[in-house]
Order: sequence, then structure tokens, then C-alpha cells
Amino acid sequence: MASYQDYLLHLADNALILGQRNAEWCGHGPILEEDLALANNSLDLIGQARLLYQHVATVRKDGKSSEDLLAYFRDVPEFRNYTLLELPHRTAILPTSSGDRDYAVTIARNFLYSALMVQVWGALAASTDAQLAAIASKSLKEVQYHLRHAHDWVLRLGDGTDESNRRTQAAFDYLMPFTQEFWTPSAMETVAVTTGAGVDVKAFKIEWESMVSDTLQAATLKVPASTGFVTTGKQGVHSEHLGFVLAEMQSLARAHPEAVW
Amino acid sequence: MAPILLPDGPLAQNQQADAHHAIWELLEAVTDPEIPVVNLREMGILRAVRQGQQGLEVVITPTYSGCPAMGQMEDDVANALSRAGVSARVVTQLAPAWSTDWMTAEGREKLRAYGIAPPVKSACAAAVGAQVVAFAPRKGLAVRDTVACPQCGSENTTEISHFGSTACKALYRCLSCMEPFDYFKPY
Repeated sequence: MASYQDYLLHLADNALILGQRNAEWCGHGPILEEDLALANNSLDLIGQARLLYQHVATVRKDGKSSEDLLAYFRDVPEFRNYTLLELPHRTAILPTSSGDRDYAVTIARNFLYSALMVQVWGALAASTDAQLAAIASKSLKEVQYHLRHAHDWVLRLGDGTDESNRRTQAAFDYLMPFTQEFWTPSAMETVAVTTGAGVDVKAFKIEWESMVSDTLQAATLKVPASTGFVTTGKQGVHSEHLGFVLAEMQSLARAHPEAVW
Repeated sequence: MAPILLPDGPLAQNQQADAHHAIWELLEAVTDPEIPVVNLREMGILRAVRQGQQGLEVVITPTYSGCPAMGQMEDDVANALSRAGVSARVVTQLAPAWSTDWMTAEGREKLRAYGIAPPVKSACAAAVGAQVVAFAPRKGLAVRDTVACPQCGSENTTEISHFGSTACKALYRCLSCMEPFDYFKPY
């Protein structure tokens, strides 16, 4: 049974999982400035996730929910993030989760997600849920910087060398079909829209497509078709990659459940 | 530091105003853990001292959602209060969202003197509420600013990286004096 809490978890899980993925670059960035940029991007995303989890814990009023419980003690089917956000930073399937990362995939994904979220957070700033509106107002300011960063790198990589163009095109070709999940309705989103607390993402599709196509064209890239299989991460049915993300992210908390520092 | 003595029982209005004023004064000494030259009032983080239902409340507002200094600031405020013998709760309040527009003129000047270029103008004064949908998207990108070098004052500067040493800063370089510097981004 879908509930408004699932919708809040969807927003929180999106931020947490992308934050965790982008944090994989910490100490491994292609250049120092980008290492710092991605660490800051992750800090914002994980901060947004924390605020949202704290809000869910307050809404639940069950006396035991907490941001840590929600982040570290839920399993794959309970996560409501878009499948797009759990994918590794690469296009090809490699035998292990620690295969080479491709920065073009990182940038393309951040661009596709941030271009959506500037609109989602902008609209949620007027949510009937006052706490969600407050979180959205802050997140909007942050995602504008994320979008600018990703946008500038799409231009730089797409309109760069033959090699950077080829890899960035491959990244968009690979990721674009996953964006179909944005526009596919789900029960939790319907519930949230009906109560006035959530927003209908479909309303942003035209604007999003226009930003993506303008940017890709300016970057001398082709806009790939978004067709094929529609992923279902936000409904709890994920790719095999999320398990690896959670294993790494949750293992410490699960090994020492009562640990404090 | 001499303890601030608050009389027991309900305070008269003028006593309450005095007590609140004393707390503002006391918290002047609480600085940003990452930028120790400015205090929390000058940063616009310290929002209010007020009488809540369960006694005195000191209201602070977070800067960036993930700013790791927020927990430290909350502790620093609580410690400053308890050291002075004041019993007050520290309340973190999200709305209205913190903005660099709330930084005071003296705070900005202190940043500049410290070597950090202060935020040029409002990041998204219009980006609050419903109007943002019409305002931001098309190029929903944060604006680019002309930033004066905090060392030599030249406006002939260039951005090296959108993100710098902390979430709130970008990295710039002055093309006149050739020094790199931090820029506190509008938020």
C-alpha cells in the first residue's frame, strides 16, 4: 500500500544513493578540483537525504524511526530511488563493482538528474507539507550549483576531444533510457500529488527535454532516444547494482548497530 | 565570564527583552567553526532569541544541507549558553531558508579581510516559492558573478572551479595579482 511516506523516502533515497555514488570519486577524482566538486556535491545530497529522513521519522511517530535506521537498516526492495542513480560510473558491464569509472557517466547522470530536480525542488518549495517545502527551498539552491557544474562539463567533454566526445555520447546513449522512469507514474507519487504535498513530475517533461536537447546540441552531442525497458527502482524493484551500494554503505552501521562517536 | 542571572518565574516584558539582549551579546563570541573571523550573527545563522513554550529558545538556521559545521555550531551555541549559566534550548529551523543575503555588511568586510571574497549578490532571491518555476528553469543554472579579488581588489578574476574547500565556496584566481582565492558563493 503506497503512502506519502514512500514519496518522501523516494526523494530521500534519490539523494542518498546518488550522494553515495558520487562520493566514490572522493580521493579518486580525475583532477583535484573535480574531486572536491564531487565531494561537495555528495555532501549536499547526503545533507538533503538526512533532512528528508528526519522528516519521515517525525511523520512516522513510531518512536523508533530515525535517519540512521532509514538509511542503514532498510534493504534493497525498500529503497525507492530511481534506478538511474544506483548505476556504477561506467557504461560497459564489468565483472566486479570496482571496475574502472568513467567520469563522463558521472557528469551525464548528474546533468540528467539535476535538470529534473531544479524543477522538482522549485515546485516542492510550494508544497502543502511545510517541512518538505522548507527542505525543497534549500535543496533548490544547492541543485542549481550541481546543474551548472554538470552542464558546464557536458559542454566541455562533448565539445572537447574526439575521445571525450565519444565517451560522453556513449554515456548519454547508455543513461537516457533510464530517464523514462521519471515520467512513469507510481502509486506513491499519485498519493502525494493528490494530497497537494507532492508534485507531478510529468509536468516538467517538456522543459526537461528542452534543456537536455539544448545542452547536448551545444555540446555537439546527439540526443539519444529514450526507449526500451522502463526501470522500476522507485517502486522497489532495482538493478543488481543497488545491493553493492548498500553493502558498502551499510556494513559499518550493521556491524556496530549501537555505535556512537 | 559572569553568569547572566535570570530571575525565577515569569519575566516582565522589559526584563525579558533585557535577557534576550544579554543572550545576543553573549553569542557574539560564537564564531563560524570554519571561518573563525565571523560570528554566527554576522553569518545570518543566528536567527532569534525568543520565549518558547518550554522556556528560552535560541534559533539557528542551517547553511548548506550537508554542511558538516552545523553540528559544531549547535554545540558551540549550547556550550556558550551553559557556560554563562543560561538555560535555553537551541532550535534548528529550516524555513525561511538561509541566504547569503543575510550576511551583515561587517561580516562581509571581515570575510574579505580574511581573504575570502564575499558573495556578490542574492543567489536566488526570486527562487523561493512558486514563482521559481517560471523564473529559474530555462537556464536553471546558478548565475556567474564578477568577483573582486580580496587581495588586490581587481575585478579581473576567473573561476577555477565551481566548488572549493567547503560546500559554500568556489575557487577563483585573480588575473591581476595572480593569487588564487576562495569565493563565498551566493546561496
